[in-house]
Amino acid sequence: MEITTGWYLVLGALLFIIGGTGLLIRRNPLVMLMCVELMLNGVNLSFVAFSRTLGDVGGQTVVFFVLVVAAAEVVVGLGLVVAILRRQPGATADDLSLLKG
Amino acid sequence: MVDTLIFIVAAVICVTGALGVVLARNPVHSALMLVMTLFGIAVQFVAQEAHFLAAVQVIVYAGAIVVLFLFVIMLLGVDRAQNLEMSFLPIQKWAALLFAAGSLTIVVALIIMVGEPVTGAEAMGGALGGTEDARLLARSLFSDYVYAFELTSLLLVIAVIGAVVLVRKPKVADAVTAGDGGDG
Repeated sequence: MEITTGWYLVLGALLFIIGGTGLLIRRNPLVMLMCVELMLNGVNLSFVAFSRTLGDVGGQTVVFFVLVVAAAEVVVGLGLVVAILRRQPGATADDLSLLKG
Repeated sequence: MVDTLIFIVAAVICVTGALGVVLARNPVHSALMLVMTLFGIAVQFVAQEAHFLAAVQVIVYAGAIVVLFLFVIMLLGVDRAQNLEMSFLPIQKWAALLFAAGSLTIVVALIIMVGEPVTGAEAMGGALGGTEDARLLARSLFSDYVYAFELTSLLLVIAVIGAVVLVRKPKVADAVTAGDGGDG
């Protein structure tokens, strides 16, 4: 059995969907951020697979930018989590409904 | 044959880690499972001749982002096991599982249906091959994508300033409202 691009795409899709499902069912904001990282990694894998198949380095460049954006996202997200949990210890995503009308 | 074996082992590691992130009760275990997934992805990158990205993946993700997660978990003291009764709305869990099954079916069906997804178009940013991926990546980054590269520096500065502003304790507001907590 030879490993084609499709296998990498299926693995990337699997990681993306596991991450998305985790984002929907978990309530701990830290675990939700980790699930976002899982989704980003699934997409990165697809980009690298296409980059290799097409022989184009552009896909790897996009993965590089995704890494930078993920780092920025984690910094801001964890800042928000620290600010929220300092006010309201043990808060989950369901507790943050103050803006609900 | 070796390629197939490497792919299968790394894929199993990735998926096990991903399921661990979602299903672990303790956030520390989730973070460690995330490291497992990231190493599996790095192995897949090496298998596809993206050596530089594999190194960056390990350094940035496992070395910086996961450490940041663990640092915040320990700082906030939320490293106790949590009740895995996850959903607030009773329908939420089933809706999420339905979403997962449906989207997985659609995506896999599309990939199988399209079959060979390559169009045969010529590469624009320089052909890949061998062990020169770092040089090609740098050339692409500093020529075609140079404006995007400069914008990411702006993004990082904004993120750092935003994090400092978010986490700073508002001393003045505390004094005025007599320990009401300010606006965090």
